[in-house]
Amino acid sequence: MERLISLSVSEMRNGLLQKDFSAVELTQAHLQRIRKTNEEFNSFISICEDAALAQAAAAETVLAAEQGASPALTGIPVAIKDLLLTKGIETTCASKILTGFIPPYDCTAVAKLKEAGAVIIGKTNLDEFAMGSSNEYSAYGPVRNPWNKSCVPGGSSGGSAVAVCLGQSPLSLGTDTGGSIRQPASLTGVCGMKPTYGRVSRYGAVAYASSLDQIGGFARSIEDLALLIRTISGKDPNDSTSMEVDVPDYLAEVRTASKTQLQGLRIGVPKEYFIPGMQEEVEKSCLASLDVFRHLGAEIVEISLPHTEYALAAYYIITPAEASSNLARYDGVRYGFRSQDHDSLAEMFERTRAQGFGAEVKRRIMIGSYVLSAGYYDAYYLKAQQVRTLIINDFKQAFANHCDVILTPVSPTTAFKIGEKADSPLTMYLADIFTVPINLAGLPGLSLPCGLDSAGLPVGIQLVGPPFAEPRLFIAAAAFAREVAFDSRKMALS
Amino acid sequence: MALTEDDVRHVAKLSALECSDEEIPALRATLAEILDYVHRLASVNTEGIEPTSHVHGVVNAFRDDIIKDSLPLEEVAGNAPDFAAGSFRVPRII
Amino acid sequence: MEKYEAVIGLEVHAQLLTDSKIFATSSTAAGKEPNTLTDPVTLGLPGCLPVLNKRAVDFAIKLGLATNCEIQRVSVFARKHYFYPDLPKGYQISQYDKPLCTRGGIDIRVGGQKKHIGITRIHLEEDAGKNIHSDAAAVSLVDLNRAGVPLVEIVSEPDMRTAQEAGAYMRQLRQILRYLGICDGNMEEGSLRCDANVSVRPAGEAKLGTKVEIKNLNSFRFVEKALDYEISRQTALLDQAKEIVQETRLWDDQKGATRSMRSKEYAEDYRYFPDPDLLPLVVGHDWVEKTREGLPELPHQVFLRFKQMYGLDDYYAELLTEEKITAHYYDQAVAIHHSPASIANWITTELFGRLNKEGLDMSRCPVSPENLAALVTLIDEDVISGKIAKTVFDEMFQTGASPKAIVEARKLKQISDPAVIIELIDEIIKNNPKQVEEYRQGKTKMLGFFVGQVMKETEGKANPALVNSLLEERLKGPVAKYSPCCE
Repeated sequence: MERLISLSVSEMRNGLLQKDFSAVELTQAHLQRIRKTNEEFNSFISICEDAALAQAAAAETVLAAEQGASPALTGIPVAIKDLLLTKGIETTCASKILTGFIPPYDCTAVAKLKEAGAVIIGKTNLDEFAMGSSNEYSAYGPVRNPWNKSCVPGGSSGGSAVAVCLGQSPLSLGTDTGGSIRQPASLTGVCGMKPTYGRVSRYGAVAYASSLDQIGGFARSIEDLALLIRTISGKDPNDSTSMEVDVPDYLAEVRTASKTQLQGLRIGVPKEYFIPGMQEEVEKSCLASLDVFRHLGAEIVEISLPHTEYALAAYYIITPAEASSNLARYDGVRYGFRSQDHDSLAEMFERTRAQGFGAEVKRRIMIGSYVLSAGYYDAYYLKAQQVRTLIINDFKQAFANHCDVILTPVSPTTAFKIGEKADSPLTMYLADIFTVPINLAGLPGLSLPCGLDSAGLPVGIQLVGPPFAEPRLFIAAAAFAREVAFDSRKMALS
Repeated sequence: MALTEDDVRHVAKLSALECSDEEIPALRATLAEILDYVHRLASVNTEGIEPTSHVHGVVNAFRDDIIKDSLPLEEVAGNAPDFAAGSFRVPRII
Repeated sequence: MEKYEAVIGLEVHAQLLTDSKIFATSSTAAGKEPNTLTDPVTLGLPGCLPVLNKRAVDFAIKLGLATNCEIQRVSVFARKHYFYPDLPKGYQISQYDKPLCTRGGIDIRVGGQKKHIGITRIHLEEDAGKNIHSDAAAVSLVDLNRAGVPLVEIVSEPDMRTAQEAGAYMRQLRQILRYLGICDGNMEEGSLRCDANVSVRPAGEAKLGTKVEIKNLNSFRFVEKALDYEISRQTALLDQAKEIVQETRLWDDQKGATRSMRSKEYAEDYRYFPDPDLLPLVVGHDWVEKTREGLPELPHQVFLRFKQMYGLDDYYAELLTEEKITAHYYDQAVAIHHSPASIANWITTELFGRLNKEGLDMSRCPVSPENLAALVTLIDEDVISGKIAKTVFDEMFQTGASPKAIVEARKLKQISDPAVIIELIDEIIKNNPKQVEEYRQGKTKMLGFFVGQVMKETEGKANPALVNSLLEERLKGPVAKYSPCCE
């Protein structure tokens, strides 16, 4: 069993095609792993045991009939962040307010995975409505980091990161509004990508901040990640903001990339991303990874993204504003939780929302209502959207004149202790300082492990490209990973 | 522009979030800290800068005027906390 | 000169006749079982996203052009936030600072005078659902079938001065909407709704008085009655030097008065911002021009054409152009038989009268324009008299048959053969010597008696003009044998 869960997706595919094991065995191995580890790590909110086994059985039929011509993920388990709607499976967003909500439709990304034959193994834990950077703000309790159980796995897609790290699932979907895939990937030592805004349909992803939200995923290797991201990408008529841009075969591009592919690749390193207060070992690991890229033939150039210092402030105006609007629909009328303790309609609304949402969600809703309210809109929201333009222009300049890819740290620190930042929202917000500018600019960002700190906790680097340059990021990351050979798996548990 | 406790009450009302008097002071302090932080944008010169609401600057996405199946009433009712006579039931609107 | 002047502006909401909703795929049909026309977007389920119905945009552009608005190249959908059970997302998608149409206006006619009423803006938005309040239980029921039906909101300039002008403006708007085929204009069913803003100021004063909003005026009559009431209420307050409160009021038709609406639970602060789920709407020159080319003839254009082409006066031109279907009917009938005055008269008196009596509208008119034209042709060609024509019309209305067929089947053809008529006349003269004597002694009024006798004998089919002249001739002197060959 342990052998099956530590395989890569291509190894699983080969094993299934060569009948070394069946799709049902593969799913069972992962279900067993979840059962064994979930109590300890709390990475799953729901485990779809029966549905998963049924899908696996169906996959066996497809494999037998179509063999090598079967869809690429036939029989491969995938875990889904519980922010993405799954038809017939409770979707909670880790919030009390959605208690009992059974979606009548599938998120487009989930539907695409199903079409590709994937087995939906369960729904993973997260910060409530994706608002958080530690996975501590969950109505279903915190998720623990496999590298050190007293540490957070990062967030908000903490459960999805841990699922992949622990071998509960070879692949998982997450969402990333300000770093919610890249930061937990970094803190748990796995690969994660937030694609270009508009690359993956947002239809069926519960909205946090619509102009920044993007679905992406986690895997233990760049090749697996490339396959996953390719599967969920593409224009969706149900999402007006999804883009009509061809989806290349990312996996094929990675596989056919020559050894000298990085020759002459200009990697920009923004000086604004090396700030006082960041963990020294993170900085050192980042600089060491530059040497690896140099060795691979890349050219390292220092660049400047002058408006970086304003990104976090702009982010914490725009996202709460959009969140306050997106979360207005949770009123206890049509679905989810309703407070029974009320004497009037207004009380029903106010108590349902006060009791249904957690503290961080309520804070962000209130900040959002404030910055949009009469008299403050121009000073806050409009201003933030203008600063956003300046941040986008910084990146445009850099890519137009100086570099092909930008490399930065993912997070200023490695995994921090559970409880360390949970009571200070602002300190928590600072955990996203290197990831939010990429969301503001709508760019693709890839997080991959580059080493461990002295405490044995993973450090990650972030590769950023211009819009729709995902292939470039996969190729560079794959070359780096071959060189560094970081093992993302935490199979032996203490 | 210091955030007052009345501001917090007003914003809670706008957000339809019940907020007890005991919660207000701590909430005010936290929200004020966040607003102070984001207020640093005031120092950025944004004169003549267009605000961004869509990163890729795309326009016009349409659908054709075509009816698709409605959700079956059971599925509409199934998720509702209080459903009767084919309708969502709420405390009486005055 | 009046002591006070009222200033009125209207906000009119019109439901657009698309098949599906503005941002969702469920049907816009009315009168279905509650919550049977929903989908994830309409229910505001988590994760769902709006996608704009292109036809709704086409319709709004049509209306903008028909009301002489500028079509904005770029318009933006924004979210308007408030909590209400019939508003599934907690916000309404509308257009705020960048509406689709701006700066237009239409002409109205009141008391024979033409007046221009400016239109500030027209924008697209989604309708809310319906709350049904139960008196018995302490609950309200929410039906979301109507949620997401496309609306245009038409905001006028405060250019109206009387309730009558406001009524005329509403009627004119409704007429345009119906000519364009983009709204059924049914106020009772709520597909056309009106909120009015009204203030009163001393005549000659430039500054506006305190504005009162009257909401949900769902008939033309209510618009006029509520405004008349509100103007006199405000006038009385000004006369007594009392304060007019800026507020929202409702028309209570039973009491014949407006009353103050209870202030809302929530402070009005809609927190508009551009909807990040929808892209800016860009309507280029080609789109506008293509729409302009496809516009139908508009009511005021048809009105002018009817006057010029057919020599109609304002009265007939207005009656015949009120509904597009009537104007079209008239055009068709006149094209078959060019007798514009007579056909106008037949439509506006006999046809309208019968339709009204049967509670039908023009769309269900049993008399085809071809048949009406044929009927007028029979009159004009002296085949039947005007009086017989009414009998024929009656049957046409009941059976939808052609007038020719009716005339033949019922042998209603006019008797215009002098020999036949003279024979009758001579017989009548012979049988009524007393009346003949009276006539001959100068009591010429008696002619009516003889006409009546002829008509009675011919069941009204005798040509009246011929009957008159022959009677006069035969009554003059002693009866001689009539011989047509002597003529």
